[in-house]
Amino acid sequence: MAVEVKVTSVLQKITGAKVVQGEGGTVGELLADLDRRYPGFKNQIMQNGSLHRFVNIYLNDEDIRYLDQLNTKLKDGDSISILPALAGGAA
Amino acid sequence: MDHGHLHIDRKTGTVDPASHLPNPTLPPRRRATGGDEMPSVNVYIPTPFRKLTANRQHVEAEGADVAEVLADLDRRYPGFRAAVFGKGEEVPAHINIYVNKQEIGSLEGVRTKVAEGDEVAVIPALAGGAGVGQPPSAVPSDGARPRKRIGALTPEQVNRYSRHIIMPQVGPAGQRKIMESSVLIIGAGGLGSPIAVYLALAGIGTIGIVDFDTVDISNLQRQILHQNDDIGKPKAQSAKETILAYNPDVEVVTHEVPITSDNAFEIIEPYDYVINGADNFAARYLVNDACYFLNKPLIDGSILLFDGQVTVYLPGQGCYRCLYPEPPPPGMVPSCAEAGVLGALCGTVGTIQATEVLKLILGVGESLHGRLLLYDALDMQFRQVRIKRDPKCVLCGEPDDASKKVTGLIDYEAFCGGAFGHTNEEEQKAADAARELREKASVQ
Repeated sequence: MAVEVKVTSVLQKITGAKVVQGEGGTVGELLADLDRRYPGFKNQIMQNGSLHRFVNIYLNDEDIRYLDQLNTKLKDGDSISILPALAGGAA
Repeated sequence: MDHGHLHIDRKTGTVDPASHLPNPTLPPRRRATGGDEMPSVNVYIPTPFRKLTANRQHVEAEGADVAEVLADLDRRYPGFRAAVFGKGEEVPAHINIYVNKQEIGSLEGVRTKVAEGDEVAVIPALAGGAGVGQPPSAVPSDGARPRKRIGALTPEQVNRYSRHIIMPQVGPAGQRKIMESSVLIIGAGGLGSPIAVYLALAGIGTIGIVDFDTVDISNLQRQILHQNDDIGKPKAQSAKETILAYNPDVEVVTHEVPITSDNAFEIIEPYDYVINGADNFAARYLVNDACYFLNKPLIDGSILLFDGQVTVYLPGQGCYRCLYPEPPPPGMVPSCAEAGVLGALCGTVGTIQATEVLKLILGVGESLHGRLLLYDALDMQFRQVRIKRDPKCVLCGEPDDASKKVTGLIDYEAFCGGAFGHTNEEEQKAADAARELREKASVQ
């Protein structure tokens, strides 16, 4: 399944683009595919096989934690967003 | 969690104890002299009881404790006791009595001692609560700040706020709600600046500012509360001056301290709403957790580079930890100091936060609650994702692993050995980069 993946500025250091394409039958497979395309990708958002707790992944605007997590199934044309927490405000 | 003994530390001088009261000409606080004279206290009378006191909002009364003060009030204003207490002997459940902002239920009840110059407030618990159309979830908890009561607007106020008042969603009643509200802003920086300015212009009754930093020239690229002449000045002070210059109607309370687990409850407790414009994860989690424990609506916003995120957490309906259960380890997500931020982005995100709090106060529209608004300034796109309360949230839910449950406030800096996103090494790197920039600039 080919899906569109949107990343925020922090991850763009690795992908070089804000929107990238990836493939996989599930979110987990998609992340493995992205890691092949963009080495180091998974390290930014995962640790020991699970997502960092400050990173959320949304499938068509729904948090995958409330779907089937990394086993959430994907279909062609789906849109994935990867959003880490941001701290900025005052400084 | 016992927050029954919270009070603003009057000794620090950073919080003006009379700031919440509508009468700015209160006499200076005097301490009991130890003589035989009965202490004389200043009693704030809310609107519903003012017909008994010839419409005076502040009256003098004498007594050694609250019960004696109430008896004295009844002597001076016959019928006062019956109006407040009904027929019973006890303070009815819908009446709260405060001595210097502290509810007497958390002290010694009606036997709470008072001293010369103390402020006593008798507040019906429902005063200023939910207005028509306000969702019950958005009604702030009954904080310790005796609610500002606004009577009829003055002609000047009608003029000043006319563009609000002519809107059917606001009207004179809505404008009064705004003027009776208190909002705490965490951080007088990039986000705090536009938030504070628009809330000041809107006529918010009391604006609290938490910031212990001083104004640096590098702040002036985005922090519209501060100007060139403010460099070196405490940010909270500079913020107060700017706010009052915009609108002298507003009461400004400055909290010139870092917010920590020791003071978070007492700083936040007196306010109706909290707006987060913190610049670090430690403060973000601390404020979120304190708002959860105190049942305060939290309007959250954050920024980095060209990205912004905004949402609203209403009591009992989810929190920041539902979204992000734990802060990232140091260095995983850069801070604005390291990565930079577009100045104008702060304006966009901050004004959205200000808009959301005004909607909650007015009880109009659809709040951002349950939605995380994502702003991408480079593509000029707004998107939103749905967020919901996590029943397994480590703070507001029941985590699978009960030992993970957050039961009190946490100072993340303390156990991480350094502020999030500001490891010493990175701070050094940022400082080096800044020096390099300065050197380059001086060469050119």
